[in-house]
Amino acid sequence: MAAPLSGGIAGEGAPPTGSSPPRRRRGRLRDVAAMAPFCGYTIVFLIVPAVVVALGAFQAPSGGLTWSNLTTATSGVYATGIKNSIELSLLTAIVPAVFGTLIAYAIYVGRPESLLRRAVVTASGVFGQFGGVPLAFLFIASFNPYGLATSWLAAIGINLSSLGFNLYTFGGVALVYLYFQIPLMVLIVLPAFGGLRQTWKEATRNLGGSTWRYWRHVALPALAPTILGCLLVLFGSALSAYATADALTSGSIALSPIQIGSFLNGNVLAGQQNVGKAIGLLMLALLAVVMLAYSLLQRKVSRWLR
Amino acid sequence: MAALGAFDVSVRDDRLGGARSVSMTRLGRLRWWRLAILAPAGLFFFVPLIAAVRFCVDTPGGGHSLAAFTSLVGQQGFAPSVWLSLRLAGVALAISLALMVPTAIYVHLRLPRLRRAMDGVTVLPIVIAPIILITGVLSVAPSWLKATPYLLALEYAVLAMPFMYRSLDAGLRAMDLATLVDAARSLGSRWSTTMLRVLVPNLRAAIISGSVLTVALVFGEYTMATLDQYQNFSVWIYVFSQSSAQVSVAASLFGLVLPWALLFAISFLATAKPGRLRRHRVDVTGGERS
Repeated sequence: MAAPLSGGIAGEGAPPTGSSPPRRRRGRLRDVAAMAPFCGYTIVFLIVPAVVVALGAFQAPSGGLTWSNLTTATSGVYATGIKNSIELSLLTAIVPAVFGTLIAYAIYVGRPESLLRRAVVTASGVFGQFGGVPLAFLFIASFNPYGLATSWLAAIGINLSSLGFNLYTFGGVALVYLYFQIPLMVLIVLPAFGGLRQTWKEATRNLGGSTWRYWRHVALPALAPTILGCLLVLFGSALSAYATADALTSGSIALSPIQIGSFLNGNVLAGQQNVGKAIGLLMLALLAVVMLAYSLLQRKVSRWLR
Repeated sequence: MAALGAFDVSVRDDRLGGARSVSMTRLGRLRWWRLAILAPAGLFFFVPLIAAVRFCVDTPGGGHSLAAFTSLVGQQGFAPSVWLSLRLAGVALAISLALMVPTAIYVHLRLPRLRRAMDGVTVLPIVIAPIILITGVLSVAPSWLKATPYLLALEYAVLAMPFMYRSLDAGLRAMDLATLVDAARSLGSRWSTTMLRVLVPNLRAAIISGSVLTVALVFGEYTMATLDQYQNFSVWIYVFSQSSAQVSVAASLFGLVLPWALLFAISFLATAKPGRLRRHRVDVTGGERS
């Protein structure tokens, strides 16, 4: 996703394509053959399962086509689940995007070989994506009503329970999500700062621009496509997270992924076997809409950048 | 890079009036704003970790004991779950390497215009929910495949794609791929030799860090395993918390800190390679790529 900024800078080794038609055709054949394993695997194990879920959403238990799964999935507790999921994903995408960008820049201006940078980047790699259950337990140990972190906060006058915070509901889940979303943001936004050219800063200065102007009119607009892309990844990551919320709330919180899981676990009413797939389809559709908005925005932003 | 950092200081000063010259006070200000960002962040990330460690070692009487950590290995179900995760990690890693290394090299060498597309495709497993993937897989996979846990490994190779590709991508961008390949080819090396004896050794840091991330991913994976009814490491942590929360938290700490320590060590390996001169050149033009 860092491509928009860096694309032009890379020394792209131009493919030495032959000039005569047979040679070019052979090159293209070789390209197809070289990409086939990756494309094939991605289609079979990533695209097909998603398509199966999307089609299954329209399947009645008897095998015929039906809208009833989608009707069920958009009403009652499932509608609440989707609403909660969207709210949680927005919150835990925007907040980490802001803090993650700040942290990434604070890391970036240091020496690239410094211990701090190494430690932060590698820790982001681990916490950003692989936490799931371990992270949930980390927080259960420290932020439960009798946990040490809770008592430390109480010692400095912050009483979590009187603030209405409960680790096992929306607020707690959001807190733990921040714990992996911020590192994920640091990880994916850090390379983008490499695209900020020193000459831009110098040019701003030569034209009498302040640091604020440099950030407001040069650096942030240049970073905008990348940050938008990262925001999209964070939204998707929060929307699709299952392990943390499941381990934290024992599957009791009303979030779409948890609800799909309960269908897969066999907790279904007769005739509702495919409602889980309908919820899955709604999540996929939501992602598609967000990605479409992103690509439109990005096209606009990158045209304006030129 | 050091030069770039220094420049940062001098430009930053202009906020308070351009005439002031660069001095140690500027350096102090630079540190100050970095500290203002990094200190709260550090607090946010270390407090739960420290509290969790204390949770594991504190005994009811007010004493301390490492029992939660030391008794981990002997706990019921621990060994089988780790063994299952190890086997799944091995298979997923083999698939991921066999698939991603040649593809990433080929794209960078021959099809650079596909790089944007690859960035987009390889990020999909982060945004498409694992729960959707496993729902789809379980409803169409043939029964012989569903009978084995290695079905999970096939999906884990997909989940690992973003991390493996990102590692390789960073490694490939940092080296002079075209020159290496031309040199090897002009010395009469075949494609397979070029790959295995020239490119792979140059990519070793990227390959190792991608591999560690993949293994960490498999050990941390919970969603697909629990819904496919297999007890891997993460599912065991969850299940065992019914017996002893302390042991589960201790296992969680291991699951987070061990891969981090490994990656941290590997990051030193990554810089112990040639290319310093080149990196400086890139820096001058402002295009540091990490």
